[in-house]
Amino acid sequence: MKIVTGNDLKTGEVVWWDGQGWSIHITDAVDAGENADTIIATESASRRVNSAYAIDAEQTDDGPRPAHIKDRVRALGPTVRPDLAVPAADYVGWDWVI
Amino acid sequence: MADFDLGTGRDEVQLRFRDDEQADVAAVTVDSFLDQVDADAVRIEPGDDARDLLPHLARLRLVEVNFPSHTDGRGYSAARLLREHGYNGELRAVGDVLVDQLRYLRRCGFDAFAPDRPLDEADAAAALERFAHVYQATTDKAVPIWSLRHG
Amino acid sequence: MYRYDQYDQAMVDARVEEFRDQARRRLEGKLTEDQFKPLRLQNGLYLQLHAYMLRVAIPYGTLSGAQMHMLADIADKYDRGYGHFTTRQNIQYNWIKLEEAADLLADLATVEMHAIQTSGNCIRNISSDHYAGAAADEVVDPRPYAELLRQWSSFHPEFAALPRKFKIAVIASEKDRAAMRLHDIGIRIVKTAEGTLGAAFYVGGGMGRTPMVAPLIREFVPLDRMVTYAEACLRVYNRHGRRDNKYKARIKILVHEMGAEEYARQVEEEFAHLLAQGVEPPAAELDRIRSFFQPPEFAVGLPEEADRADPDFALWLDTNTHAHKVPGYVSATISLKPVGGIPGDATAEQMHLMADLARDYSFDECRVTHAQNIVLPHVEIGKLYDLWQKLEAAGLGTANLDTVGDIIACPGLDYCSLANARSIPVAQKISRRFAETGKGAALGELKLKISGCINACGHHHAGHIGILGVDRKGVENYQLLLGGSEAEDVSLGKITGPGFNEAGIVDAVETVADLYLARRQEGERFLDTYRRLGMDAFKEALYG
Repeated sequence: MKIVTGNDLKTGEVVWWDGQGWSIHITDAVDAGENADTIIATESASRRVNSAYAIDAEQTDDGPRPAHIKDRVRALGPTVRPDLAVPAADYVGWDWVI
Repeated sequence: MADFDLGTGRDEVQLRFRDDEQADVAAVTVDSFLDQVDADAVRIEPGDDARDLLPHLARLRLVEVNFPSHTDGRGYSAARLLREHGYNGELRAVGDVLVDQLRYLRRCGFDAFAPDRPLDEADAAAALERFAHVYQATTDKAVPIWSLRHG
Repeated sequence: MYRYDQYDQAMVDARVEEFRDQARRRLEGKLTEDQFKPLRLQNGLYLQLHAYMLRVAIPYGTLSGAQMHMLADIADKYDRGYGHFTTRQNIQYNWIKLEEAADLLADLATVEMHAIQTSGNCIRNISSDHYAGAAADEVVDPRPYAELLRQWSSFHPEFAALPRKFKIAVIASEKDRAAMRLHDIGIRIVKTAEGTLGAAFYVGGGMGRTPMVAPLIREFVPLDRMVTYAEACLRVYNRHGRRDNKYKARIKILVHEMGAEEYARQVEEEFAHLLAQGVEPPAAELDRIRSFFQPPEFAVGLPEEADRADPDFALWLDTNTHAHKVPGYVSATISLKPVGGIPGDATAEQMHLMADLARDYSFDECRVTHAQNIVLPHVEIGKLYDLWQKLEAAGLGTANLDTVGDIIACPGLDYCSLANARSIPVAQKISRRFAETGKGAALGELKLKISGCINACGHHHAGHIGILGVDRKGVENYQLLLGGSEAEDVSLGKITGPGFNEAGIVDAVETVADLYLARRQEGERFLDTYRRLGMDAFKEALYG
């Protein structure tokens, strides 16, 4: 599946396209399919997201799992600071990242 | 590309900081300029060596310096070199010229601006006035802070 | 310490308002991200993996207590209660909001600090020797010259869009504690036999993709021409540095391709021209700046020996203090490398404590080191035990300066959008391994440096042992390098061979350390043994 991610323009928070808007939880991410470029263009132009890009991910029982470790780190937070993890990130656990 | 229509026209200049009348001349490439004994306007691209123009400053009425991208800063050095060697004519920055570069461009000797995309006039005015002082001596004659400190 | 006058303050205040306006225009849509990016970068604001990151300049690594307190306050008010001290003596915050960044900068400006030119393709914050003004071996305090160059490089109109970033270091002793020759320009203040001071210019060093040791470009630049000479160096680079390939755009590539001699010749030509342009500040300005760096009022007749009754303290005393030019004093290093900790990170609470200790024990001054530690430059030997006890209580008393536990590590893939692999977990595991086995102390000086990508913020080429994280088909992999040094015996490390996974790299470091312990001769450091034995012996131990 293709999912779309970026950062909130004002706060910088990592966000995921959930079909209508942007969520901080990767579990909300939906398959953007062929629409990724359109979503990125319109959402960037309206400044609801910054530096958005589409990535490959795998749909798993725990929700979408990005193909690249970089985006898995983005989804949860720094692996060395579990205390700063994205709220409710315990849904997948740190093994999910590596 | 034909040389004669290369440069920006007078009406494309959005900001100008000179009292003299604007020359109605068309800038040609550096190579073309060096080939012609009577050319009086030239356009410098980032890869050109501004030093090639130094023997011919007296006949120049307009120098355009093109910034295809605002991240390519070679034009700053080209401008300062020309000013340091005595060029007094119009020095026009053209291309990807943005509000936030204006202050630096002015300090390097540019006195006319023909941006690809027109600048917001209020933002441009604010950008040019924001800093009351400068740390360096350049050809713009602004008095550097070290000189203010020591009279 | 240098203090701003009305002009310095006005420049920084104007910059805050300029950035506030730029951020507003971005949020209102008047600037695209492509247009805004170079502007925010020239003010130290990155977009990293998790959020915006702000890098704050700490000129030549020197901080007052009040400034350190402000860094702590900012960590609490705008970030998540901590900051990360970097290998260029700066601090960066990982969780900044764009909409609050201008307010943060305004707070910083109240203590004469800023984030100007801490990123972007411009002249960056100027680094120096962290023992400047204290070290017994310096010919002069190098910081006034760094400050002169700081002002010259701030908002320099000609050099705001260089081919690539540009880093300058200034030192003033034979010993190099600032990785001087691995900078774009390294300046060593030298003294002639007649006692005249001047500046030796090394140009074209750097780490990153193509590491180079800077060649000497001019042996002696008179101090009253130093700014002009630097301007000439930069102009040649701005005009001729490569812009066709980001990876070949640093000045080291220009100097290498042009040849050091030809580069020097062109600089001389530009220098001769610029001498007539009046760009050099007058001697009175250098005198004015120097007057801020007068030595504090050191006491005389102080005890020169500390009470070594407490063995833990004695170890810290031997490991973490450095000879001072004034009898009765030392420079003391506060390690930000507790066993298993995150190298260079400090909590707001720890920063507040370090600020108080700087006030109480070190004439209100502290330093950030390129090895990501904090130095109290002027501590009475007789008060060291008190100081150490307070540090110990706060987790800041680790006795490991320049040992295998004192690991330099970049933020790596835990924070950085450029990284290919995580650096911090590797540092933590190595640090724990050597603490558990007890070998750390036996190894003596061993500089271990870890980068999470080829950009080398973790200085891996300059480590006695270096580790480079790479991405091998989506999996983190670590290459091992041996034989680097950032010091006066500067050299670039070489890759041992095939890389290792995370567990494997920890074992590999132990393997090469064991070989050193087995083969070292009297007085040899790890680096000396490596240089004597050569790579093959270590390869044999690693790969059989």
